[in-house]
Amino acid sequence: MNSQDLTYPQSDMRFSLWEYLLPGVSLLVRGRKSLGSLIFVMFFIPVVLFIWQPATVFSVFTGAAWDIYLASIYLFLLFLASYWLNVNLLQDHVTPDVKEGISEWQVGMRRFKKNNRGMFGLVILGFLYSVALLAPLISPYDPISQENVLQVRFLSPSLTSGYLLGTDGFGRDLLSRIIYGSRISLFIGFVSMTLSVGIGSIIGVVGGYFGGWIDSMLMRLVDLMLGFPRLFLILIVIAFVGPSIFWIIAVLGLTGWMGVARLVRGQVLSLKEQEFILATKALGVRTFKILFRHLIPNAMAPIIVYATLNIGIVILVEAGLSFLGLGVQPPTPSWGNIVDLGRKNLIDAWWIATFPGFAIVITVVSFNIVGDALRDAFDPRLRD
Amino acid sequence: MLTYVIRRIGVAIPLIWLGLTLTFFIMRLAPGDPTTQYINPDFDPEVKQLMMKKFGLDKPLHIQYWKWLTSFVQGDFGISFDRSRPVADVINDAIYNTLLLNGLALVISLLTGVILGILSAIKQYSRFDDVMTVTSLFFYSMPSFWLGLMLILIFSYLLGWLPTGGMLSVNYEYMNNWQQFWDRVAHLIMPVFVLGLASAASTMRYMRGSMLEIIRQDFIRTARAKGVSERMVNFKHATRNAILPVVTLFGLSIPFIFSGSIITEIVFAWPGMGRVMLTSIFQRDYPVAIAVVAIIYIMVTMGNLIADIMYAAVDPRVRYDSGGASE
Repeated sequence: MNSQDLTYPQSDMRFSLWEYLLPGVSLLVRGRKSLGSLIFVMFFIPVVLFIWQPATVFSVFTGAAWDIYLASIYLFLLFLASYWLNVNLLQDHVTPDVKEGISEWQVGMRRFKKNNRGMFGLVILGFLYSVALLAPLISPYDPISQENVLQVRFLSPSLTSGYLLGTDGFGRDLLSRIIYGSRISLFIGFVSMTLSVGIGSIIGVVGGYFGGWIDSMLMRLVDLMLGFPRLFLILIVIAFVGPSIFWIIAVLGLTGWMGVARLVRGQVLSLKEQEFILATKALGVRTFKILFRHLIPNAMAPIIVYATLNIGIVILVEAGLSFLGLGVQPPTPSWGNIVDLGRKNLIDAWWIATFPGFAIVITVVSFNIVGDALRDAFDPRLRD
Repeated sequence: MLTYVIRRIGVAIPLIWLGLTLTFFIMRLAPGDPTTQYINPDFDPEVKQLMMKKFGLDKPLHIQYWKWLTSFVQGDFGISFDRSRPVADVINDAIYNTLLLNGLALVISLLTGVILGILSAIKQYSRFDDVMTVTSLFFYSMPSFWLGLMLILIFSYLLGWLPTGGMLSVNYEYMNNWQQFWDRVAHLIMPVFVLGLASAASTMRYMRGSMLEIIRQDFIRTARAKGVSERMVNFKHATRNAILPVVTLFGLSIPFIFSGSIITEIVFAWPGMGRVMLTSIFQRDYPVAIAVVAIIYIMVTMGNLIADIMYAAVDPRVRYDSGGASE
């Protein structure tokens, strides 16, 4: 018996059948309460939804709308992921995988996992995105159709009437509209932030790496864009092309990249003096590869922190646009245009404007919490 | 210092020109024109021609641009299409309202933000700090239009304490001096609160972060070791250094005082620059829109410059005499 066996005495331990069949429960029993319950929920939700709405899920095989396809695929992946995570994490829990050297990235992720507030925000975000993806399966009513308007309009929130958050002036269920509206806010925020990060990274890395007149040209472009009042630019362009989801994403993305560009440029200025970049140059690595394989990945941590902290602002701007009537057009629900509708009925139906606002606040708070936690995790100055 | 300022302005002027030129062409290429709002089945095409001619929009684009540029440089903003008044007058009416609202909001939010940020950082991990951090996070993440509506719902409709919007009550003329004063204040409370809260929350987060960073540094430990009182260490040594980023924040907020906030002004029906800007875009009122952009653009540039100069004033380590210190 050598020393390795002593370190991992349970390395070939077998789990009983129920531990395989009920993901998460075994971890729960072994004391990993939050992780175990999370995996159990990941397993439980698909099962419940499948039993609750088998007809909708099976309609995938006979032809259905794209969102039902998406929801069903997500459901299936969630189900698979719960088993996969269960087996992997159970192994990890019983026989911890000890690594000698870990990368900067892994150090950061470990510190992030220890931050309870950050993990909580991440779970809330996971929940929100799940709701958005599963909208057609979980929303109690159709968000657009109006049935029997005279009987069901302006119903106040109640537990018994079947309309949990009440209805609006067209007799549409508010909860369903908020669930469907989450797709717009979450999707637009994410996609336009990705666009901003893409543009900003390219401009920042090119400016920082090449320096000289290229750098000054690009930085003057940044100054030019920063001088514009953002909302004004967005309003003009939306007035020009008309409010459509595509253009809102494009405009939000194209007016939000300047911060990323400055950030990446700053990172690259210090990174490019380091030995490993000198080494890649000496090895004759192509410039393109240096920029996108060596410089940007090394600047990734601050970029992700920045993106997470700013996605909330993008969501707020999008909601503001919808509120002004320049965002997603009714009857398609988005949180902003539901509040706008509620504003017109503020006295007789307070709930219409109130609840979508809570949804926005919860989303943006979660993004900010996660962003703060990531920043703390990746900030070398805060490391003990 | 002076050469630095002159050089910065020299760099800024072409940028402002480029930005305004871009705005000019984006607006002109956008579909619709100032006559669109009058169009109905009885609208005579000849009247449209006459109106276009009166606005000078019948000439080729480059001639319009040249006319606009030459008069703009001479300080003539032209005449508003929509209101048939000089643009300078339209802006003059709106800018004081916006200055009053946003200036108050900025001062109040900076003061509360800085003070709460310092206290929160000094008592890090205390209950006060926890409450402040969470509260500021919530207010920082709140859409201003929603907060405004909720305040109107509670304080105007439910409690009936404050007016829902506007600047003055209808019967303002018939009030005595004290009532008039209270009327003005009552109309200001909610919009100032909405505008100030978000920026107070972000100033607080900023100040707290900066203060925490300073408190960990060696010179603070040295000051404590020398026997400087806790009060002096916190409020003099640390605060003076931690306030630097907030000074920059103040400079960067200057354009906001003039530009107004579109959404808050819409929610509270406040007759300020934000509303002027929004209506000018919707009505295709080109002279007003470009004048508003020009003001904001110049203010952003000035704000950046003022932020840098103030930074040099409070931070003795920054020197601009040697030339290259700006970047």
